[in-house]
Amino acid sequence: MTAVLERPGMIEAKPARRRRVSISAVVPYLQAAPLALILGAFLLLPILMIAVVSFWDYDFAAMYPDFLTINYADTLGSWVTWKTYLNTLKYAAIVWALTLFIGFWVAYFLAFHIRTTAMQMVLFLVCTVPFLTSNIIRMISWIPVLGRNGLVNSTLVEIGLIPKPIEWLLYSEFAVVLAMVHLYTLFMVTPIFNTLMRIDKSLIEAARDAGASGWQVLWNVVIPLAKPGMAIGTIFVVTLVMADFSTVQVMSGGQSASVALMMKNQMSLLQYPAAAANAVVLLVLVLLMVAGILRIVDIRKEL
Amino acid sequence: MSHDKRTVEFYVLAAFFALFVLFLYGPLSAILILSFQGENGGLTFPLNGVSLHWFANLFERQAVGDFGGSFKRSFILGLMVMIVTVGVSLLAGLAFRQKFRGATALFYLAVASLVVPSIIISLGIGVVFQQIGFRPAWYTSAFGAHLTWTLPFGVLIMFAVFNRFSPAYEEAARDLGASSWQTFAHVVLPMIAPSLIGVGLFGFTLSYDEFARTLMTSGTFNTLPLEIYGMTTNVTTPVLYALGTVTTVFSFLVILLTLGAIVYVGRRRARI
Repeated sequence: MTAVLERPGMIEAKPARRRRVSISAVVPYLQAAPLALILGAFLLLPILMIAVVSFWDYDFAAMYPDFLTINYADTLGSWVTWKTYLNTLKYAAIVWALTLFIGFWVAYFLAFHIRTTAMQMVLFLVCTVPFLTSNIIRMISWIPVLGRNGLVNSTLVEIGLIPKPIEWLLYSEFAVVLAMVHLYTLFMVTPIFNTLMRIDKSLIEAARDAGASGWQVLWNVVIPLAKPGMAIGTIFVVTLVMADFSTVQVMSGGQSASVALMMKNQMSLLQYPAAAANAVVLLVLVLLMVAGILRIVDIRKEL
Repeated sequence: MSHDKRTVEFYVLAAFFALFVLFLYGPLSAILILSFQGENGGLTFPLNGVSLHWFANLFERQAVGDFGGSFKRSFILGLMVMIVTVGVSLLAGLAFRQKFRGATALFYLAVASLVVPSIIISLGIGVVFQQIGFRPAWYTSAFGAHLTWTLPFGVLIMFAVFNRFSPAYEEAARDLGASSWQTFAHVVLPMIAPSLIGVGLFGFTLSYDEFARTLMTSGTFNTLPLEIYGMTTNVTTPVLYALGTVTTVFSFLVILLTLGAIVYVGRRRARI
């Protein structure tokens, strides 16, 4: 729309001064250049480098340029790798389902049950603020709650519900999932809230007038219209969980693994080519997942 | 669904929302309280007296790592990232209002920057620096690594802002004889100022808290999140909570200041 509306000015200038037109045609390129340069240098180049290095040879001291497929053979041929990938996908699936459920209902409550915009913004900010604080601190904050002598255990023991503290609350897969939901739910709430706010309220009234029950309105009107938001939230949550190493490391106490954690361990042993091969496999997997989701939704239209 | 009477659905969802807020803030308040743990207290409740011992401990170099230095580095890095993110996102947002070759590719590159796992970017930048023979440092390699995380947020926000921005205002300004620079400085910029402040907040806080991308790129000196991350494995005293409280309070101050600035800018605009 913008382009169409700006065109009259450009057409006007064209016959008068050719040079001015050519300058204004350069403007968008100049404006986009810093972004392109930064992403080129710190995103594209590093990824290309990883792809190259993944074929290199290495020993304990250094890397040697080469063309070997052994890093891939090692990665894909190992039973541990497959198990780790499966474990990471399992986390992704569970966390996705939980954040989608919680995120949808929180966003739905904010969008349809809070009557004033001011209150909506205040409550939305209440949800947002913790997400702007440190992830690690938010992970650590579960220790006094879930630990062996933590709040949950001591309360349960005190009221006599359990005879002795539950061991699997902290440093377990349960703790990992809980912390991930804690960390990542906002990434689901925000895009869903955004799409719900844009639903024309008259559509819901129309459905109601046509005799739809509350559930029918929800199922046949609200949820289909919220799908783009859910898709964007899904992209965020799935990619964050697939890339996670710190939550898995801290919250499982080293008892669980993820692909990124495996990579990090390889990196700390200076096995960069091995880590690079792993990175390529992980990147392809993540990009395939995102591409699959993007088939459902056009992000540019949703912003 | 604006009925006059609240339905059962409202109360169920309100309870759900309250639980969610408790879930978000409960653990955070637990470490807030426990950071005032007495000298002989441990990592869990009950409080063994109340003291500022662990806060004092924070500033002794041997107790934790280099808290002061890492905070300073993270703060400066956050400011650098913030300034560049605001500037570059604004320019890119303006660029995307027009058609240009490669616009779609650049847009998807920004999206890719958001979905590529942080640790891969960290590894990649680390290896690139190693190969060209540059020494990684928090103000070079980590700076670039952080930008790959903050810029997509900034660009997407600006994209959304300009999607809703009516060109009528600019046309009105132009009809009144404003030059394109005047139109930008006096019409466009004041209107998008609150969003720009929001982008700045994102830039700063995302960088200030980022550590997956800093892991391989920070060089010799740690940033604050790396310092905290290191502490999770080897510090077993409430000094960890004291550090958590200090950084969280700092984050809250930054957020409050930003919101204040947004409200102030909005008010000033309303007055004019």
